[in-house]
Amino acid sequence: MKLSRISAIAAVAMTMPLAVVGEAAAQNEQFIPSLVYRTGAYAPNGIPFANGVNDYMAMLNDRDGGVNGVKIVLEECETGYATDRGVECYERLKGKGPTGAAAVSPLSTGITFALTEKAPADKIPLLTMGYGRSESADGSVFSWNFPLLGTYWSAADILIQHVAKKGSLKGKKIVLVYHDSPYGKEPIPVLQDHAKKHGYTFEPIPVTHPGVEQKAVWLKIRQGRPDYVFLWGWGVMNSTSIKEAAAVNYPRDKMYGVWWSGAEPDVLPAGDGAKGYNALALHPAGTVYEVHKDVFKHLYDKGKGMAKRDEVGHVLYNRGLINAMLTIEAIKTAQAKFGKKPMTGDQVRWGFENLNLTAAHIKALGFDGLVSPLKVSCADHEGARKARIQQWDGKQWVYTTEWIEADTKYLRPKMEAAAKAYAAEKKIEARNCAKQS
Amino acid sequence: MIYREAGQFKTTYRADQAVFPILQDRIAILLILAVAFIGVPALASDYLFLAILIPFLILSMAAIGLNILVGYCGQISLGTGGFMAVGAYAAYNIALRVPELNLLIVFLLAGGCAALVGVLFGIPSLRIKGFYLAVATLAAQFFLDWLFSRVGWFTNYTASGSVTAPQLKFFGYIVHAPTGKYLLCLCLVTVAAVVAKNLVRGRLGRSWMAIRDMDIAAEIIGIRPLQAKLSAFAVSSFFIGVSGALWAFVYLESWEPLAFDINRSFSLLFMVIIGGLGSILGCFLGAAFITIMPIFLNQVPAALGIPLSTATVSHLEFMIFGALIVFFLIVEPHGLARLWAIGKQKLRLWPFPH
Amino acid sequence: MGPFIEVVLGGLLAGVLYSLVALGFVLIFKASGVFNFAQGAMVLFAALSLVRLMSGELSAVHYWGAAAVLGVAVGYVLLLFWRRARPAAAPGRGASWGLIGVFGLIGAALAALHGTAGWSGWVAIPATAAIMGLLAVAIERLVLRPLVNQEPIILFMATIGITFFIDGFGQTIWGSEIYTLDLGIPKDPMFLLESVFEGGILVNKLDIFAAAIAGVLVAVLAVFFQKTRIGRALRAVADDHQAAQSVGIPLNQIWIIVWTVAGFVALVAGIVWGSALGVQFSIALVALKALPVLILGGFTSVPGAIIGGLIIGMGEKLAEVYLGPVLGGGIENWFAYMLALIVLLFRPQGLFGERIIERI
Repeated sequence: MKLSRISAIAAVAMTMPLAVVGEAAAQNEQFIPSLVYRTGAYAPNGIPFANGVNDYMAMLNDRDGGVNGVKIVLEECETGYATDRGVECYERLKGKGPTGAAAVSPLSTGITFALTEKAPADKIPLLTMGYGRSESADGSVFSWNFPLLGTYWSAADILIQHVAKKGSLKGKKIVLVYHDSPYGKEPIPVLQDHAKKHGYTFEPIPVTHPGVEQKAVWLKIRQGRPDYVFLWGWGVMNSTSIKEAAAVNYPRDKMYGVWWSGAEPDVLPAGDGAKGYNALALHPAGTVYEVHKDVFKHLYDKGKGMAKRDEVGHVLYNRGLINAMLTIEAIKTAQAKFGKKPMTGDQVRWGFENLNLTAAHIKALGFDGLVSPLKVSCADHEGARKARIQQWDGKQWVYTTEWIEADTKYLRPKMEAAAKAYAAEKKIEARNCAKQS
Repeated sequence: MIYREAGQFKTTYRADQAVFPILQDRIAILLILAVAFIGVPALASDYLFLAILIPFLILSMAAIGLNILVGYCGQISLGTGGFMAVGAYAAYNIALRVPELNLLIVFLLAGGCAALVGVLFGIPSLRIKGFYLAVATLAAQFFLDWLFSRVGWFTNYTASGSVTAPQLKFFGYIVHAPTGKYLLCLCLVTVAAVVAKNLVRGRLGRSWMAIRDMDIAAEIIGIRPLQAKLSAFAVSSFFIGVSGALWAFVYLESWEPLAFDINRSFSLLFMVIIGGLGSILGCFLGAAFITIMPIFLNQVPAALGIPLSTATVSHLEFMIFGALIVFFLIVEPHGLARLWAIGKQKLRLWPFPH
Repeated sequence: MGPFIEVVLGGLLAGVLYSLVALGFVLIFKASGVFNFAQGAMVLFAALSLVRLMSGELSAVHYWGAAAVLGVAVGYVLLLFWRRARPAAAPGRGASWGLIGVFGLIGAALAALHGTAGWSGWVAIPATAAIMGLLAVAIERLVLRPLVNQEPIILFMATIGITFFIDGFGQTIWGSEIYTLDLGIPKDPMFLLESVFEGGILVNKLDIFAAAIAGVLVAVLAVFFQKTRIGRALRAVADDHQAAQSVGIPLNQIWIIVWTVAGFVALVAGIVWGSALGVQFSIALVALKALPVLILGGFTSVPGAIIGGLIIGMGEKLAEVYLGPVLGGGIENWFAYMLALIVLLFRPQGLFGERIIERI
């Protein structure tokens, strides 16, 4: 019992220097937390993403002195992809800086679920770009969630659209190999729905965390001979899947990964075995874009970048850049309304909701070719729901299709129904989006 | 000089059997409780509550549960995370299906469910001992992890497998502020500690310790290993289950089975060992140590202005953590509680050691 | 029938890998009574060291350091042989250390001449083995010796501490991304008996290779334990610590040797696992797959580890493929434990463990 006292003292003593540092810092700072995982089973994918986010913010600080004259302060916190550590990081960082955290990108669907309960009370928007709760695209219920660029339901729909184009799915068999977590389970309802509509048989096969144990899964696939295998993996699970597919000789060009299963660390370890593997792409890899010139000029030429120079432009690195860019643009949008000072989470939420990236705007930012235009509204927190299919040719990712857009007519009612159920469970009153400015 | 019991005479059996026979201890405990119940809520920040104090209190309760099993009854368990998950999911389901039930009763029932499961997985302990048992309890851990992610009924068939706790509502009052949550946890943990302390001092506790020290000898003097071992599993799992429910409802609010994975089991075992096997105080010391250490390690370099990359910090955290565990085991295998006892002994003589 | 055989074969071959890890546990448990939870971390550490030494992407300091460790190890072994062959002419204590130091310097110098290009397997594997030896010495000195005579549970906890330390340390110095280990082991699938079954029976060459390596390793260990002086000393220690000590077997040295041997086993396991899955933090988790193997086979039995591994590997793959669809899949993790648990209820000491005799 003595120890509540000891711990209280220790805790106070520990937070004291931090509080002092916080006070002493300039007030003209925008604090942005960054939940990352640079260790553990998911580090191969977490590292490039975190590097991208970090580099973009550092580049802005160097090039423009921040965002509209407000210096950006980024602080990373290691979550290891674990929900409880993610919550801990969030609690630690949410109140830092003069205006608190501007926005949080949990980079984990599990953490997103946990924070969805906490963010409204703390008034901090959650940017879950290309992941998170699918029904949170309905902004009237999920005011604080922004699954920009696409949800997993959109992803599943796009994949089905693509394979349906290759020939009727009637009587075919599709297997989903998924990470046994909220992330991997997200697409199942849509794929099941489509199975009824298109007449294919659908079999989900879970892979337990962290996903290095897949021999049995692929033996099953070899016996079942599905026509397509969809892969919803993350971290080492991705490369293991591709290796095991090669080991049982399952044709890699019949495999389709979600956009989190389509990066360099997923295919490179499999070597030649990955040739022909397909994945969804939210954006291209490469360094030919304007923004990379600035990143090289302001960081790498000065020896300051976070990544290795030749890893700049990898898929997940670019995704980190885009994630950072969207956060910054939301802040800028908010600043246009509330003034050029550090924004609070509440104001940044407004910024996200009124984010409108036109083609010209994107070009001015140097993201021309990396991001397609998107417009967020109160009702639609997804903004855009398009992806392309890319194929690994042994050296790089090559696009094999044009942009495919998810079917809103089918997804929207489903999404709204799920959001309504959530609102009923949580007793949230949905906002009337017609009245929102 | 201050901490001296000379002049305090025990004139009744009651006085002799008190939990804290020494006056100064009683005063200290009352002071600490006063600080915990009045001082801390008045002073602490939200961050302190949410990120440190609440997890610390909940994990202390789990550690008390585990310590009953490992420290008092000598049965090593690596399935603590699984039992916490039982508590969490039981509470979720009871609250979901019987919404009018008071949450306190829900927590107690959740503890009850965990106790049942604990007894079930405790049965092998009648035949298996030592490391074999430790590994066997891992079966509970992995099986329960799997069960809650795979059987839809437990998660009310949510598509994602992630569930959300209902509002914390007690007697019509909604606990939402960090202070309220803190006080809730504090009350429950205080009760748990008092109950546990009295249990281990009583007949049941003594039979556990007899089993721990030598089970065959204990059997010969008339202690039934079946009852002793299974009751230890039940009581231990009860506390762990309640703490699991609290962890889910109060701390995480929305969770998935991965929140109760094997790492949780290990960290609880560390708490018990570093805090001190067979000591209720040790549970608190261990929980404080394990909760605060990573946060401390994470923040100190930043506070000192040493720029370290996130990866290095978390690797360093692993290393320091490992090294500290080994260090503690070498310096004081009986944990922080023993250090505290030694300190108390020294204090008795201070400042005139002769 | 074809698919069934395939699953059984695949399971057996996966079981070989579990056995490799379990073997490391058994060696240490036999010789020192320590349940070494750090075996998985040692597998990771060995694999990481090897793959990163071969990659040539690290700073020069890493290579100098590794080469120096290799040099010291070579020097130490040579010195041992010298002492054995000509005890009279062998150098004294101080001179020995000097000599060993010179070897270390030579190693570092050679590495400096070689530059930071990646090493070939022929250098990197011995260097990694030397590093594992150094690790064993460090563990013995810093952890085991101060904890001598403590209860087994305390030692077990200490090895968990070691696990954390090695995990962090390995990733700090070698990096935490995913690395491809390519030692030229073939990986492509083969199809057997295509005339008998439709589609043939799929066997992966890598698995066959792994099984062969495991077989060789077990044979080498058997010879080592049965025929060499050190091996006999190890067996004596395993039988009775005090008796062994009283006939003049130095326990501390034995511990270092046995931890080094466990380190070599970890290296072999790391090579096999790393070639199959890539080297990344997750391979430390194979320790958890080896635990049911251990309790099934018994903590003290080398054949038990092998046969236990095969049973567990086959059992869990069969369960996953044939029971999995009924139960919802993903059952192989707990199935192995349940299988072991059921066996334990009938044989509390495992299939091959020594009978536990308790006295008051």
